[in-house]
Amino acid sequence: MKKIYLDHAATTPVDPEVIKAMLPYFSSKFGNASSVYSFGQEARAAVDSARHKIARFLNCKSTEIVFTSGGSESDNLAIKGVIDASEIKKPHVITSAFEHHAVLDTIKELERDGRIQATYIKPNRDGVIKVADIERAIRKNTVLVSIMYVNNEIGTVQPIREIGKMIERANTRRIMNHELGIMNKTHNSELKLHNSEKNAGRIFFHTDAVQAAEYFDMNVDYLHVDLLTMTAHKIYGPKGIGLLYIRSGVPIKHQIVGGGQEYKKRAGTENVAGIVGMAKAIEIIQNPKSEYRNPKQKESNPKHEIRKLREKLINGLLKIPNSRLNGSREYRSPSNVNISFMNAEGESILLNLDMEGIAASTGSACTSGSLEPSHVLLSMGRTPEECHGSVRFTLGHETTEEEIDKVLEVLPLIIEKLRRMSPFK
Amino acid sequence: MDNLYSDKIMEHFRNPKNLGEIEDADGVGTVGNPNCGDVMKMYIKIKNDKIADIKFQTLGCGAAIASSSIATELVKGKSLDEALKLSSREIAEQMGKFPPAKYHCSVLAEEGIKKAIEDYRSKKK
Repeated sequence: MKKIYLDHAATTPVDPEVIKAMLPYFSSKFGNASSVYSFGQEARAAVDSARHKIARFLNCKSTEIVFTSGGSESDNLAIKGVIDASEIKKPHVITSAFEHHAVLDTIKELERDGRIQATYIKPNRDGVIKVADIERAIRKNTVLVSIMYVNNEIGTVQPIREIGKMIERANTRRIMNHELGIMNKTHNSELKLHNSEKNAGRIFFHTDAVQAAEYFDMNVDYLHVDLLTMTAHKIYGPKGIGLLYIRSGVPIKHQIVGGGQEYKKRAGTENVAGIVGMAKAIEIIQNPKSEYRNPKQKESNPKHEIRKLREKLINGLLKIPNSRLNGSREYRSPSNVNISFMNAEGESILLNLDMEGIAASTGSACTSGSLEPSHVLLSMGRTPEECHGSVRFTLGHETTEEEIDKVLEVLPLIIEKLRRMSPFK
Repeated sequence: MDNLYSDKIMEHFRNPKNLGEIEDADGVGTVGNPNCGDVMKMYIKIKNDKIADIKFQTLGCGAAIASSSIATELVKGKSLDEALKLSSREIAEQMGKFPPAKYHCSVLAEEGIKKAIEDYRSKKK
């Protein structure tokens, strides 16, 4: 049976070109990039060149990139790093209620340990965060805002640039208030210390852009972000390699010690092959000629083609009675389809799809391990029943129209079968 | 998905036994709730204090559907007292390999059967 992979938001197959680029760095050019002899220097050159390429992609300096083991580590480093480096006693962090758990659980843990205060902004019913909601949540002790670029479950795109600009304005106001406070103090020595003198300095803005890299603008200056998380395995690169962009001047405390690598921000021997592979994967998604090239070496699959296939899949699935699209259709990743079917349970849908060779994902409690329904769908006001019946398809380079047709042929029958088995009519 | 569930569970998931509804059931038991994702409804037909027929309807995951199917097979033809002795552990053993977090599915199947029998007995009084 032909397998149909529609779970690209989970991970992607490694592009053959990426593997080719990585191969020499396992056995022939295997040196440690920190060694002075030629083996080491070959590795060092490869890491430097990869870092340079990626810096161009993000429009940043090479020294602002810290390679990590992937998205989760980058999110941990960004949040814990900023909090550990903060000089104020109990800093405040703003995030969204539907972040990836790598962000959400890190913040919740710091909050539980009494180290920070936290605000969790809920998205609207379409799964989009409002800039004004974040602005209203800012306090004197706010040091960090962390909002994801593209939601991993529902594919909705957040207004990162607008949030970034709003935070810059808030930072400007803080500096002006601070200076005003100092002036007042000099004019009247008895005047009480201006509150702003006790403020937290700048607010730093982090975005988890793991799901955005392929389809959206990753220019850190355009986005007005201070910290940005990226990983290779969502863009046809290898697993186990990612990065955190850290804008110059953003104080961050390392979380892994034991070596001077990555500008002393992340100890550990460089994953040379992984770094080379990540740079190659980025080069491929950047280059308009090779962009969206099919890893199976079939016909090319440009961005608008993926969007067209997505639209076909959404339109077809919404014809099933009692179905509903989760998340905005307009502000949405070209690859994401997430639909809830009432009175059909997600894991049972996935098992049936798997029997047809189709791989997808669900927000049902039954597959979460914790038996909790999707926090993403709940945060945007979906009922637990709607979460249990949700299915996510994420399309990729190698997705074909025939594959979409196959899903549209089998899924209505699966839903019908499961609904017949259900005690609800 | 082969690594998730035993062959037996997958077989019962693909071809559930005793699936459906008994319109003139002597006892009916519904357990679980849509909030938690799994709902089971058991229908029983009683003759000479024995379960002459049993059917189920389940909204839920693979383990929930398979445990309903396996549990109904285990009690069909049994006396009510014997059927009441069926434990979740026995159902789970019969199911074979499944993730530990799904143990509640076998509990639901046990409770569904008990509730249907209680319903029958309370009606008889």
